[in-house]
Amino acid sequence: MNIHVAKGDIATRTTAIIDHLKHLEGPLLPILHEIQDEFGYVPQETLPIIAMELNLSRAEVHGVVTFYHDYRDHPVGRHVLKLCRAEACQSMGGDALADRVKALLGIDWHGTTPDGAITLEPVFCLGLCSCSPSAMMDGEVHGRVDAADLEALISEARR
Amino acid sequence: MTVRIYVPCDAAALALGAERVAKAISEEIAARGLDAKIVRNGSRGMHWLEPLVEVEVSGRRIGYGPVKAKDVVSLFEAGLATGGDHPLCLGEVEELPFLKRQTRLTFARCGVIDPLSLDDYEAHGGLAGLRRAVSMLPADVVKEVTDSGLRGRGGAGFPTGIKWKTVLDAPGERKYIVCNADEGDSGTFADRMIMEGDPFVLIEGMAIAGLATGATKGFVYTRSEYPHAIATMSRAIDIARSAGILGTSVLGSGKAFDMEVRTGAGAYVCGEETALLNSLEGKRGIVRAKPPLPAHKGLFDCPTVINNVISLASVPVIMDKGAAYYRDFGLGRSRGTIPIQIAGNVKHGGLFETAFGTSLGELIDDIAGGTASGRPVKAVQVGGPLGAYFPRALFDTPFDYEAFAAKDGLIGHAGIVVFDDTADMLKQARFAMEFCAVESCGKCTPCRIGSTRGVETADKIARGIEPKKNRELLADLCNTMKFGSLCALGGFTPYPVMSAMTHFPEDFVPTPLIEAAE
Repeated sequence: MNIHVAKGDIATRTTAIIDHLKHLEGPLLPILHEIQDEFGYVPQETLPIIAMELNLSRAEVHGVVTFYHDYRDHPVGRHVLKLCRAEACQSMGGDALADRVKALLGIDWHGTTPDGAITLEPVFCLGLCSCSPSAMMDGEVHGRVDAADLEALISEARR
Repeated sequence: MTVRIYVPCDAAALALGAERVAKAISEEIAARGLDAKIVRNGSRGMHWLEPLVEVEVSGRRIGYGPVKAKDVVSLFEAGLATGGDHPLCLGEVEELPFLKRQTRLTFARCGVIDPLSLDDYEAHGGLAGLRRAVSMLPADVVKEVTDSGLRGRGGAGFPTGIKWKTVLDAPGERKYIVCNADEGDSGTFADRMIMEGDPFVLIEGMAIAGLATGATKGFVYTRSEYPHAIATMSRAIDIARSAGILGTSVLGSGKAFDMEVRTGAGAYVCGEETALLNSLEGKRGIVRAKPPLPAHKGLFDCPTVINNVISLASVPVIMDKGAAYYRDFGLGRSRGTIPIQIAGNVKHGGLFETAFGTSLGELIDDIAGGTASGRPVKAVQVGGPLGAYFPRALFDTPFDYEAFAAKDGLIGHAGIVVFDDTADMLKQARFAMEFCAVESCGKCTPCRIGSTRGVETADKIARGIEPKKNRELLADLCNTMKFGSLCALGGFTPYPVMSAMTHFPEDFVPTPLIEAAE
């Protein structure tokens, strides 16, 4: 996901995404999701294009992008590890586990390891509360994880 | 005859290795040249047994679990395909006490059928409710739902039928059915299980809501944290459309209803109905002031029914079996069944659907078997991050909207998170404030500022800075948030905070430094 894209390319691809989704009722969130899927984040230069195409002000688009936790304004690592921080996972030692992972990766929440391999993000509930603590690596879910499981996942991702 | 072997595709099962198990089983079937096929069902909701593999033997389902990929060869050696005995064999799944004690109305098919097979769905009673609704007048459908006593399962407990009637009576060319599947509360997964395990029941419920109110378009707004639910739900909608359940003429009735799935973007507050509507419209998920009610001016200012997944998924059985059938379960003003989700530090976690009225203690100690850690239960949080922490002393509280409200709690979306005696309730109270600060939409001051001040105040108590004064300040802040906030996020954050402080005062008295030094 950490790929450098040329500016002109971003504009073309953004316009294609907008053309594809503009007919939806309330198209802004679906468009932003597609853009993030496409680029790994929501590049600044897409915002004026979206604003113009949807007949919104740039401030409105900026407001929406920055409201939602999911949308990032910068590229992430090749893999994204999400650890659940919510109550059910806390009850099964999620906090201590998160501390272990942060120490292991040498980063805090939202950080990316210097080798660009892993970005660590908090998530508030994956709906796997009966198999806590839970984690998600690149969209794949893992339940009842312990430090060893996460270490294995991390070294797998670093390969 | 081809043997059907069931391996769940529910996210909880996948998180525990179901995909590897399915692959190993498929390899073993091929290697042995067996006449067997794998069916990917939803979850039965017995998550401590996941991945739970089932095999159908002369009409009975024999279970094995929890199965790991490495167990698969030995399972086949023991005769899995014929229900052979094995240390992991659980016997007939329906006879397991956890399932046998339940009353499964909404979740009747979940974990039983292939979620994307319409034939399976119909063979297990699906579409009967919609067929009946198609032949009725809209007002009669609304009356049936009203008479069933169904109340909003999202947490607020507002009578579903009244909401529908308001939308039916509201003038408007265009009306919407919005399904709130933004299940952000920790300890809850019922919506996810339905969407992954029986998506057609939600589609059927929404189509009935459309026919009953004159709405022609539906949205399921769910979470980006639920990729499996999104995928299954979207495929089910396509299948339903091809089969004429959705589209310009629902089941040939001449009435139109269609729907689509929309994905949120990680904002907890979008579970609040008006913030959800703004988000669907492509705006910031800011809470709207009420009135106007969404039933009058909802999505794009049109009359809108907004119901939780479980409310809508409970409608087909009501329409099929009648209001009286459903109403006969439950107690007081809490009618029907409620899918209770038992989670956290618990031995037998999962989904337990039962009539209202089971006591909290029975659920935790008896049904769920106490804590996973084996230590004593200290507290249970019922109703998600905005729900109260109850101590053992309140375990006689029956699971019922009013009974919980009377004890300064709420059942919310019916999630229970169990904590053992290592839990620090001051830390939990601080977390509630921190969560509110992170997730506040920022529109109203009590929530936006109060939550941040709450975190600071909890920290002062933890550090022993004027603890008595700061406890009073925290209580005062909670009072302001409870009565001054625009929505339940700021308004209910005081529940976990105040309940922690009231029931576990010992955790709010820091050990004086001088004593610690001795």
